[in-house]
Amino acid sequence: MKLLYNHYKVTTMPVRATITNLFQEVAREQQRQLAPLTDDLKLLKCGLDSLSFALIVARLEDALGYDPFDTAESFPVTFGDFVKLYEARAV
Amino acid sequence: MALWDSVIGAAAKRGGALIGAGRAVPLAALAQVSCLAGRLEALRGRCVLIAVRDAFTAAILLLELDGVARRMVLCTPDLQREHLPHVVRCAQADVWLSDSPQNGPPAGVELDFAVEADAQPVPLPPGLQRPFHRADCQAATEWVLLTSGTTGAPKLVAHTLASLTSAFAGERAQGAAPVWSTFYDIRRYGGLQIYLRALHAGSLLLASAGETITDYLARASAAGVTHISGTPSHWRKALMSGAAERFSPAYVRLSGEIADQGILDALRAAFPRAVVAHAFASTEAGVAFEVRDGRAGFPATLVGTSERGVELDVSRGTLRVRSPGNASAYLGDGAPPLEDSEGFVDLGDRLELREGRYYFAGRSGGIINVGGLKVHPEEVEAVINSHPGVRMSLVRPRRNPITGAVVAADVVLVEGAGAGSTADERIRKEILDACRTTLAAHKVPALIRFVPSLEMSPSGKLVRPSA
Repeated sequence: MKLLYNHYKVTTMPVRATITNLFQEVAREQQRQLAPLTDDLKLLKCGLDSLSFALIVARLEDALGYDPFDTAESFPVTFGDFVKLYEARAV
Repeated sequence: MALWDSVIGAAAKRGGALIGAGRAVPLAALAQVSCLAGRLEALRGRCVLIAVRDAFTAAILLLELDGVARRMVLCTPDLQREHLPHVVRCAQADVWLSDSPQNGPPAGVELDFAVEADAQPVPLPPGLQRPFHRADCQAATEWVLLTSGTTGAPKLVAHTLASLTSAFAGERAQGAAPVWSTFYDIRRYGGLQIYLRALHAGSLLLASAGETITDYLARASAAGVTHISGTPSHWRKALMSGAAERFSPAYVRLSGEIADQGILDALRAAFPRAVVAHAFASTEAGVAFEVRDGRAGFPATLVGTSERGVELDVSRGTLRVRSPGNASAYLGDGAPPLEDSEGFVDLGDRLELREGRYYFAGRSGGIINVGGLKVHPEEVEAVINSHPGVRMSLVRPRRNPITGAVVAADVVLVEGAGAGSTADERIRKEILDACRTTLAAHKVPALIRFVPSLEMSPSGKLVRPSA
């Protein structure tokens, strides 16, 4: 099936900026108050729920072209861990 | 045998306890207390709808009413009030049991009377003694569980204590008594299994409404929980909380959703000394089997009849279960039969055989499971198709490491509707706005892509993807 147009095109933006943008976009959509995204922010304290994380991971896969969770040895706990997980795969 | 007998016969003697947030009752002490006290007799032979908020109170009430009530309907705390008249009607409930005036019966529901349980168990009044059920009680109490239905209204699934305990009845405890806990509410099948297992042998720590996952796991760890269960989504959330690091259970169980290799490996790494088991169970079929080898799917050798009389059949491409754990019926006028003509419950999970092992390959009915919540694609397609710029759409699951799956939509626009990316963006936003207005959050497509066409079958139906 040929795609006419895909909103989440593979991006050339740095991984961290892409992730930050998506956290903010999903928080807006889900009407959730997002805490300031510092590296030591616990993901479960950032204001998003499981569904929001699921949306972020799905859209990141489209934006970056990969899903690092399929080979991840541990789940990210902080925002910094989350960014690192994606950056490690980008190299 | 009623539930009380099995408690007296097993866990109470060994010193088990029911543990809530900030309170605990030794199981043996439950013989002297009641949340219903003098009102219990009025519930004898009745069909009681249990609409209490507090899981701790519910845990005691189930114990009190089994063998006394004719039927107990276990309402989950998130059950929407609009569905309550349907539940009362299908169950033919005649008594409403709540734990506060806020969760009393809705107006217009026909009942004989309503009872409010005490939030804290009180000493039994003189003259009332355990067991409450009569030794000559012939008919076992029916346990009715609610499960999500196709139209949004829950389906009512009738069990007996015998069918609910068939996966472990008669098991002899080995070693120290386990301390069980579960992320589930005990009024759902997965949670009820843990409640009953704990009363059968061990203690039970109950999660508390509104408690964060970090607080719950800290409490579980401090209380020495050894056996703990939840869905893969519960577990992913637990691992992301970081709270699992300070917790060292001996047995970690997954059920309620398909466990993929990723979550099994992550749990193995997080809990190196635990047995990580995934159980396959449903409210209708009961517990079919448990897999302990740490791998997704299940060995083909499980197909056939187990020692416990559980028959697994895969000859029709989906998993079918005939077992003493099967529920007896759906309740309500016009309710469909629960079992097929051969007495099997078809779970609708399609299977693929690869190298001696069966793997789950999606649902035959196309139902999407988003973190344990069901989504019927047709329901979402109906909303998308109501947009004037949309010709047709196909809603499908997309694999996701956080919730197992999310909803994705392929949309074909009417000619001229999507001319260029700006127009596409406007339509995408309008579709999403319509979905957010009318659908629950987990049903709103996570991704929408515009496609030139969708595949149709010769009979003119949309060809739905197999996984």
